[in-house]
Amino acid sequence: MTTRHGPAYALVRPAALTSLSRRHLLQASGGFLLAFAADSARSKAHAAKPTAPPGLDGFKPAGFIRISKQDGIVLIIPNTEMGQDIYTGQAMLIAEELEAGLDQIKVIAAPPDAALYTDQLLGEQATGGSTSVRAAWLPLRQAGAVTRTMLIAAAATQWTVPVAECSAKRAVVTHRPTGRTLNYVDLGEAAFQQPVPQQVALKSPNDFMLIGKATRRIEGPDKINGTAQFGIDCTVPGMKFATVSACPVFGGRLADVDEKAARAVPGVIDIIRIEDAVAVIGDHFWAAQRGLDALRIRWDEGANRDLTTEQLIDQLKSASLNGKPIVGRNEGDIDGAFRQATTRLDATYELPFLAHATMEPINTLIHVKPDSCEIWVGTQVPVRAQMIAAKVTGLPPEKVTVHNQLIGGGFGRRLTAETIGQAAAIAKQVSYPIKIVWSRAEDIQHDVYRPAYYDRISAGLGPDGMPTAWVDHITGASVLGRFLPTGLPEGVLDFDAVEGAKENPYAFPAVLVDWVRADPPIPISWWRGVGPTHNVFVVESFMDEMAHAAGRDPVAYRLALLDKSPRVANVLRLAAEKSGWGNPLPEGFGRGVAVHNSFGSNVAAVIELSVAASGEITLQKIVIAIDCGLCVNPTAVKAQMSGGMIFGLTAALYSEITLKNGRVQQSNFNDYRMLRMDQTPPIDVYIVPSSEAVGGIGEVATAIAAPTLGNAIFAATGKKLRRYPFDTKELRAENAGRTDFAELLPTDPADVLAEAAEFLS
Amino acid sequence: MQVNINGRDWQIDVPPDMPLLWVIRDIIGLTGTKFGCGIAQCGACTVHLDGNPVRSCVLPVGLVGTQAVTTIEKIGDTKSGKKIQSAWLALDVVQCGYCQSGQIMSAAALLDRTPNPTDRDIDNAMSGNICRCGTYPQIRAAIKQAAVSDG
Repeated sequence: MTTRHGPAYALVRPAALTSLSRRHLLQASGGFLLAFAADSARSKAHAAKPTAPPGLDGFKPAGFIRISKQDGIVLIIPNTEMGQDIYTGQAMLIAEELEAGLDQIKVIAAPPDAALYTDQLLGEQATGGSTSVRAAWLPLRQAGAVTRTMLIAAAATQWTVPVAECSAKRAVVTHRPTGRTLNYVDLGEAAFQQPVPQQVALKSPNDFMLIGKATRRIEGPDKINGTAQFGIDCTVPGMKFATVSACPVFGGRLADVDEKAARAVPGVIDIIRIEDAVAVIGDHFWAAQRGLDALRIRWDEGANRDLTTEQLIDQLKSASLNGKPIVGRNEGDIDGAFRQATTRLDATYELPFLAHATMEPINTLIHVKPDSCEIWVGTQVPVRAQMIAAKVTGLPPEKVTVHNQLIGGGFGRRLTAETIGQAAAIAKQVSYPIKIVWSRAEDIQHDVYRPAYYDRISAGLGPDGMPTAWVDHITGASVLGRFLPTGLPEGVLDFDAVEGAKENPYAFPAVLVDWVRADPPIPISWWRGVGPTHNVFVVESFMDEMAHAAGRDPVAYRLALLDKSPRVANVLRLAAEKSGWGNPLPEGFGRGVAVHNSFGSNVAAVIELSVAASGEITLQKIVIAIDCGLCVNPTAVKAQMSGGMIFGLTAALYSEITLKNGRVQQSNFNDYRMLRMDQTPPIDVYIVPSSEAVGGIGEVATAIAAPTLGNAIFAATGKKLRRYPFDTKELRAENAGRTDFAELLPTDPADVLAEAAEFLS
Repeated sequence: MQVNINGRDWQIDVPPDMPLLWVIRDIIGLTGTKFGCGIAQCGACTVHLDGNPVRSCVLPVGLVGTQAVTTIEKIGDTKSGKKIQSAWLALDVVQCGYCQSGQIMSAAALLDRTPNPTDRDIDNAMSGNICRCGTYPQIRAAIKQAAVSDG
């Protein structure tokens, strides 16, 4: 367990992003492994010694742990904290082997340093794909063990006693025969002079003191009293405030700006033009916003000026029917299996464009000086942040300092750095530091969107109702192609586009999964749950259609196909049992189920809901069963299950980004709705005890939300909705009237201000 | 113009239509109160005006008058605020934490008026506060725990 799951330090010194000359994509069981294999000595060494024990030459313990009398024990956390509880999770990994309590340490965010902090599952210093704990599982425990070994050696040297007579606990080294003790903070300097051990033994899971225990969030106390600092909260002396309007049509350019009225707004300091946007700088955000509102901007809207969602969906449909598919998986005799089938089912599923809508709008505090640049920002990709600022300012990367901050919601939004490039382009035109904050409308209308998908799926069922053939034709964009700095060549399979479909948990006699690439002309990126959030919806919704056609119970039908996936079968049985699956329900109620195994984890969910004659859906209760392997922090797992589920339910019930005249039509939470407290049912989470490899937890529940919900609607109403956000009008018993809260909400900020003024006067 | 924030009088020179949020964040420099939407849709900017929860992103500072403004930085000085914060910690409510200042301000105001809130009371008081991380189940549980705690 200690050496199998990951490479060793000396063998995995990653290349910096810019020096990657060749890449290839590998697929690993249980989630995605994106390996950037540069033709460097390191990859050759890695290939030459695949079974070598962990060697630690070249390891810099100070990259992860700093100990001083002044600052105490400080852990440098490689991944970005954006709510997923990674500060605590990764601190637990280090502290477990370091032999320190979480109450004895402080954590800070790692600076950009690809050599030290590359996530080995992503091949980049990045936070995403539910990889952080999985990738850190070995290296961070090693970092703790190495440092503990050096601390003990330093104490033994000071006492002139054998190392074997010393042990460490709670950040104290004890010489057992004499009972003498030395604190880590007093040993720090001497310890880091000790030779770095070349081998360290890691604890057996039976000896874990921290890992596996329900543990409260380290930064929790700062997040309940206003002291936690997010990027948007950063302040430096002399700082001014800015806000931005980019061309509302994607790909368009700034043509002309009439500044006169804006210059007259009190508090407006400067107006800055860049290629595709204009920024107003003021004494405070309000002045900047008022100034921006007063600008008369003319845009060169470019090729997308007439773009509509309908066109984009038509392009997907056309590509699905006429495009050249890339085969992801082709097993068995598909044609023969369909010929033998007694029933054939065909369905088309559609998924919309989605925005991330993080609670913290996009922001960057940046100061560009002649010879350096300093940036305070919350980013999932600190090295990209540094690189893009270097490129835009013309400074060498080492002259760009990035102070990564707590993120008020990531979900993939901050896996791109183009907003930091925009900030640099603006800031390099002024001498003083500026904090750029986007309005909510700017944030919604200039996101990098989860792309739409159009999938045609078919199954042949035998006389017993069980599948003989399964064909999933996927059509959509390559998110990976947008993410990789070099793009993804045409004709190459994007593993993300088929993830959750290609390697689904079921045993089908004949399987064909293919993908037609169709990239839209608007920005796209990762969105929580990535490939599985798209594919599991299609696979699991269609499984229910198959069970229905077979006249079988959806749980029993799945179980009959899960022989090769015992962990999935296990969570399915657990969720069914805990949800009271099979117990009678009143008229208008239904239970839906779905399962999947992605990100190295296995999950099943059951949603119970009711549908009124009006079509209105009321969520009654939700049960989630998760087997994520060895569970590092049950508190975090439960939070990610319920929170991830709510994130996915929001999408399934409400979310859709649409375009007209090349512009995103949604602008705020009134027309891009979120699930709220009054719509959230009780959610019970059950964690399967396991000693299997650690799995990812941040996205599994999001991926399962929409299919579970759709299947529950199907059970309650008999109507299979194959497109989300689910259209409740289709669920109306008659033309029953329904008051939609969203339709009553004000949309114009000016109206809201006027109402507030009237109310208070 | 004078405005009382967290027990202290501030002399400010800003337009009267400037929302209180930006006075708090950009003029006074208290950044615990968050900007989320600007149109009173998400509740991240919730502060108390004489103990009542208001969305500071749409409240012109000129309308505050002599009413006392309390923000997340000082809500722990009130009995309800302290109970809520303690329960938030005990149940590890927060995730990204960005919305939580507003959630806590709304919850503290609820507990102040309704010491033993029902689920419906919680729905009514808290449904104006969006949490993108989906901490609603933990928030509900924490409000109930705060209600039965001794503070």
